[in-house]
Amino acid sequence: MKSLPEVLVGVLGLQGAVSEHVDALNRALSELGLKGRVLTVKNPEQLERVRGLIIPGGESTTIGRLSARGLASKIREKASQGMRILGTCAGMILLAKEVYDARIGRVNQPTLSLMDMEVVRNFFGRQRESFEVPLTLPILGRELFPGVFIRAPIVEKVWGEAEPLATYNGKIVAVQQGRLLATSFHPELTEDLRLHKYFIKLILDTL
Amino acid sequence: MVHEILERTTVKPIEELKPAYGTVVVKRGFARMQKGGVIMDVTNVEQAQTAEEAGAVAVMVLDKLPADVRKAGGVARTCAVKIIEEVMDHVTIPVLAKCRIGHYMEARVLEAIGVDMIDESEVLTPADEHHHINKREFKVPFVNGARNLGEALRRIAEGASMIRTKGEAGTGNVAEAVRHVKEVMGRIRMLKTMNEEQLLDVARELRVPFELVKETALLGRLPVVNFAAGGIATPADAALMMHLGCDGVFVGSGIFKSEDPLERAKAIVLATTFWDDPETVAEACRMVAEKKSMPGLDIKSLKPEELMQVRGQ
Repeated sequence: MKSLPEVLVGVLGLQGAVSEHVDALNRALSELGLKGRVLTVKNPEQLERVRGLIIPGGESTTIGRLSARGLASKIREKASQGMRILGTCAGMILLAKEVYDARIGRVNQPTLSLMDMEVVRNFFGRQRESFEVPLTLPILGRELFPGVFIRAPIVEKVWGEAEPLATYNGKIVAVQQGRLLATSFHPELTEDLRLHKYFIKLILDTL
Repeated sequence: MVHEILERTTVKPIEELKPAYGTVVVKRGFARMQKGGVIMDVTNVEQAQTAEEAGAVAVMVLDKLPADVRKAGGVARTCAVKIIEEVMDHVTIPVLAKCRIGHYMEARVLEAIGVDMIDESEVLTPADEHHHINKREFKVPFVNGARNLGEALRRIAEGASMIRTKGEAGTGNVAEAVRHVKEVMGRIRMLKTMNEEQLLDVARELRVPFELVKETALLGRLPVVNFAAGGIATPADAALMMHLGCDGVFVGSGIFKSEDPLERAKAIVLATTFWDDPETVAEACRMVAEKKSMPGLDIKSLKPEELMQVRGQ
């Protein structure tokens, strides 16, 4: 087997399902037989050596406001230098260039504005409308992927280099734009590590 | 039943492409998305918007703040539906509300109007002296208060998706919340050293399923998200509860009974996120003035019948 470099992956640790992503990344690294370290990132300096960053689910307004203290500009800077990013749920909202709320309409919340997509928050409704459903996600192979949607956003439209990876009921729920990935659902709440492995391969350019 | 308890993150292979609503994964998952955050008690739209602006992960809508419930006495019930709906129309973050312990219909009403999580709360006057709600019957998740491991595991066995300490609400005194989280964590630490025979004894003693005790021992923590609540009034209080191992904090009267709610709300959010960095906690403390904190109550000055934490065991 070809020996691969040690990989340092960060999980934005301001708020939300942080430990779930850390666990999933650790398990994915070990199943891929890779040496790697997963770092919980709470300040800009910790981002320095990280080659990929997961922005977890949580409350996008909270994470957005807390990252306005210097982390957001550092993430944008690192992204322009090639850092890979995976955003799940709230992370997807933070990556989008345009954000609306299904009930409130246009919302004024700080985002990273990195991906060419328009996201609608709380699209399916409130928590009682949260659900699990198997998804077709061709980049991960034929086997369906367990989609866990919690007060989830959807992508209303993409432009530029952003490409839809999966849809549910005709709505886009996963997007890739080169080195950036975003999902409406929560792979970290399932036992399926394929998306985390895909992200690690995206970091190592071994896809 | 027992299997459902253990079913935390397992999504079974599904043959048909039908969505499943209100599953254990989805209900407990909602609580996981709140981790590291602050849930703030509010009584109207304006306060809810202040909370959202400050970075709250959710708001809890009440008719009266716990400190006023304490003052008013009498029977405390769930909040007016109209106020909850108004709040839901004006903020994008999740909206929670409280129902009385054992009051199925208040809970059904909250579920029907679309509240994101229900707090079956000892702050309101219990409707059933002997039973809590069977929370498995609901599509929306529940959070329950607990003073010790027995209360926490009994609530989880009833279907609670999240636990919080009871503390002593409306006092501005964090001592009881500290006591309760240490009770829970200390007992879990003991479980970790036990063999199955001893764990069976614990299950019998606490009147909970053995599998739940075993799972807790294996995880070394409660199998659901565990927040602090009851008496948190300052940024340092919030950081203390995070330091003690809580996943996040509820702030009841502490924010809107203070004289500097917006600044205080922002400061408590900051201190909760960066609890492990004393310099940032100091920065948060600088944002508020102790003179403006809510007035506190010494628990020892309360009569036994004034304690909320003994409700619903």
